[in-house]
Amino acid sequence: MKTLLYAATCLAVFGLAFWAYRENYATQQVLKETRALQQQIGAAQVRLSVLRAEWAYLNRPQRLRDLADINFDRLGLLPLRPDQFGRVDEVSYPAPPELEITNEVEVSGLNLRTQP
Amino acid sequence: MIRTPLRPLARILHARATGENPDAIERENLSLRHQEMQVQSRQRAEGRLLVLGLFFVCAFGAIIARMATTAVSEPAEPVASVPGSAIAMQRADIVDRKGRLLATNFETHSLYAQPPQMIDPIGAAEKLVEIFPDLDRERLIKDFTGKRKFLWVKKKISPEQLQAVHDIGDPGLMFGPREMRLYPNGSLAAHVLGGAGFGKEGVNAAEVIGVAGVERQFDDYLRDPANGGKPLQLSLDLTVQAAAEQVLYGGMKLMNAKGATSILMDAQTGEVISVVSFPDFDPNDRPRPPASGFDPSVSPLFNRAVQGVYELGSTFKIFTAAQAMDLGLVGADTVIDTRGPLRWGRFAIRDFRNYGNEMSVTKIIVKSSNIGTARLAQQIGVERQKSFLDTLGMLEPTPFEISEAAGGKPLLPANWSELSAMTISYGHGISTTPMHLAAGYAAVANGGRYVAPTILKQNGPQLGERVMSEASAAAARKMLRKVVSEGTASFAEVEGYQVGGKTGTADKPKPRGGYYDDKVIATFASIFPAHDPKYVLIVTLDEPSIIAHGEERRTAGWTATPVAAEMIGRVAPLLGLRPQVEPAEVTGITLTSN
Repeated sequence: MKTLLYAATCLAVFGLAFWAYRENYATQQVLKETRALQQQIGAAQVRLSVLRAEWAYLNRPQRLRDLADINFDRLGLLPLRPDQFGRVDEVSYPAPPELEITNEVEVSGLNLRTQP
Repeated sequence: MIRTPLRPLARILHARATGENPDAIERENLSLRHQEMQVQSRQRAEGRLLVLGLFFVCAFGAIIARMATTAVSEPAEPVASVPGSAIAMQRADIVDRKGRLLATNFETHSLYAQPPQMIDPIGAAEKLVEIFPDLDRERLIKDFTGKRKFLWVKKKISPEQLQAVHDIGDPGLMFGPREMRLYPNGSLAAHVLGGAGFGKEGVNAAEVIGVAGVERQFDDYLRDPANGGKPLQLSLDLTVQAAAEQVLYGGMKLMNAKGATSILMDAQTGEVISVVSFPDFDPNDRPRPPASGFDPSVSPLFNRAVQGVYELGSTFKIFTAAQAMDLGLVGADTVIDTRGPLRWGRFAIRDFRNYGNEMSVTKIIVKSSNIGTARLAQQIGVERQKSFLDTLGMLEPTPFEISEAAGGKPLLPANWSELSAMTISYGHGISTTPMHLAAGYAAVANGGRYVAPTILKQNGPQLGERVMSEASAAAARKMLRKVVSEGTASFAEVEGYQVGGKTGTADKPKPRGGYYDDKVIATFASIFPAHDPKYVLIVTLDEPSIIAHGEERRTAGWTATPVAAEMIGRVAPLLGLRPQVEPAEVTGITLTSN
C-alpha cells in the first residue's frame, strides 16, 4: 500500500512538473503572439493615422476650391448661395406612369400613330 | 527500540532478598524514562523551531530578492494584461465640430550626426548640403571635423530625404524616430490652432508641446494618456472657417486694409464657429515671434480677434441704448436733445454730420449720433455704466480658451469720469478686442443673457447671468435691424437673412499719443436673422481705404459692412440657415422624377 502511495506521488510530481513546463512554454508563446499582435495593431494605427492625415490633406478646402476652379467647365461648381434653397412643395410629384402601348393600331391611312 | 522494563526481575528479586523496597526501583526507572522522553521531546521541538525559522528566512529572503529585482530591473509594459494598445500617439488629435481633422500626428525622423564615427566628414557634409540646401556648408564641415561628439542636423526630415541621407552611407549619420504635429489644412484656423514644437529631445523620442493657441491652452489635456487618444473637439466648422477666410481675405485686399479679423459666434451657446485674423501663417512652419521693439501687431502671429485691443467706436452705442432702455430711462421713441457740439469742459463732442436738434433713441442709433448717446450716458451715470459693461465682460480678458486670449486685456480709463462715460457710450476711451464685442452682441441677440465665447463644442445653450431684460434686448435688436434697413449699414442687407448690425469707425491711436487722421479701425458688428438671431458676426478691418463715388472712404459703412454682407451670404447657407423669403427664381429647381 505504501509503495503504491509513493509511486503515485512520484508520478503526480512528474505529471505536475510536465504540466508546469508545458504551461510555461504555452504562456511564453501566447505572450509572443500578443506582442506581435500589438506591434501589428500599432503599425496599423500608425498607417491609419497617416491615411487619415492624408485624407484630410487631400480634402483641405484650399485644394477642393482649386479643383473646383480647374474643373469648372465640366462640373460648374459654385459656392452655395442663399438663393439655391428650394422648398419641398416646389418639387413636383413624379408623373403617373403612362400606359405602355405594345400593340399599336393604325387609326388612319396617314401613318398616324398613337403617341406613347 | 529496546524497552527497559520498569521492574527488572533480577533487581526485584535481589531487592526482595535484601529487604529493600522493590517499588523504589520502579520509581527510579520511571524517572529515568521520563528524563529520556523529555530530552526527546525537547529535541523535536528544537528541530521544529529550526524548520520554522528556516521557512521564515526563506520567505523573507524571497521577498527581499523579489524587491531587489523589481527595483533593479528596467520597467516593462505588461504584455498580457493591457486591453489593446490604445495609446499609439503621444498627443491627441484636434477635430472640428463635425469631426474633421484639424491637427494630427505624423511619424517622421530626425537626423543627427556623431562626427567621431564618420568616415568621410567633408564628403558627407557636401552631400548633406545637396539634399538640404538650407544647411550651411562651412558650418557643417566645421562641426563634423571639430571636437563635437554629437549634433542635430535636422529636426524633421521627409521619407525621401531619409532615403537620400541613407544613400550617403556614412555610419556617423543617424536617424531618430520623431512624432511631429501636422496641420493638414495649412494656414486654415492658424491662429486658433497655434502650433507645436519639440520640448525635451532625446535620440529615441522627443516631447511635442503646444506653443500657442489651443495647442498650448489644452497642452495637458492633449498629452494626457488617460484620455486614450480621444480627440479635442473644437466648435469651429472647417467649411465655414474656409469660406470666412476666403471672403475676409478678398475683402481685406479689396478695401486695401493691412489687417482684418472676423468672428462668427453662436448667440445661444457662445460657440465660436469661425474666427479669422489676417495676416496669418502656416502652423506647420510657425514663424518666429517678432524681435522686441517691433510693433507686435504687424506680425502674422498676432491674433487680432483676441489680442487686438482697439477702440471699436460706434458699435458700442447699442449697449448704451440698451442699458438706458433697460433702466427705464428712455423708450425706443423717447426724443433726446442732440444739439451740437456738446461741450464738456474743454472737450466738445460732435457728430459726423449735423442730424438736427432732436432725435428719438432709435434714430440716434440709426444715424449713429455721438451727441445722442453721450446724453444717454449722462442719464445712466458712471457707476451704472461701469457695472453694465462689467456684466458684459468688457472689463476683463475674455474667457476664450486660446492661450493668447488672456493677453487681450481691455484698456480702461484710469479715472472713469463723467466725460469718460460719455465717450465710452460711443466706443471711445475704452479699448476692447473684437471677441469682447462678439460676447456683448451675443447678449443682445439671445435676449439679454451673457454668454462666454468658447472654442469648445457645447451641448446646448450656455446662457449665463441676465444682463438686460428680454424686452430691452428685443428693442435693441429692432434698432440694429433699422441701422441696416435705413441707416449707416445699408450695404449689409442680405436678402433672406434680415441682418441687423451697427457700424463703428474709430481713429487709430498713434503709439506716442493722439490719433491718426487717415487711419481707422472699421468694424461692423451684426446679428442675423434679426427677428430671431442665431449668430453674431463681427468684421473688423485695419486701415481700410477705398475710392467710391470719386471720394476716398474709410468709414465702416463703406468698408467693413459690404465684407460682412458677403460673408453672411456665403456662410449662412453653409450653417443651414434657410433664407426667409421665397427664392427669386424657381427655374433652378431640379425635378426628382422624369
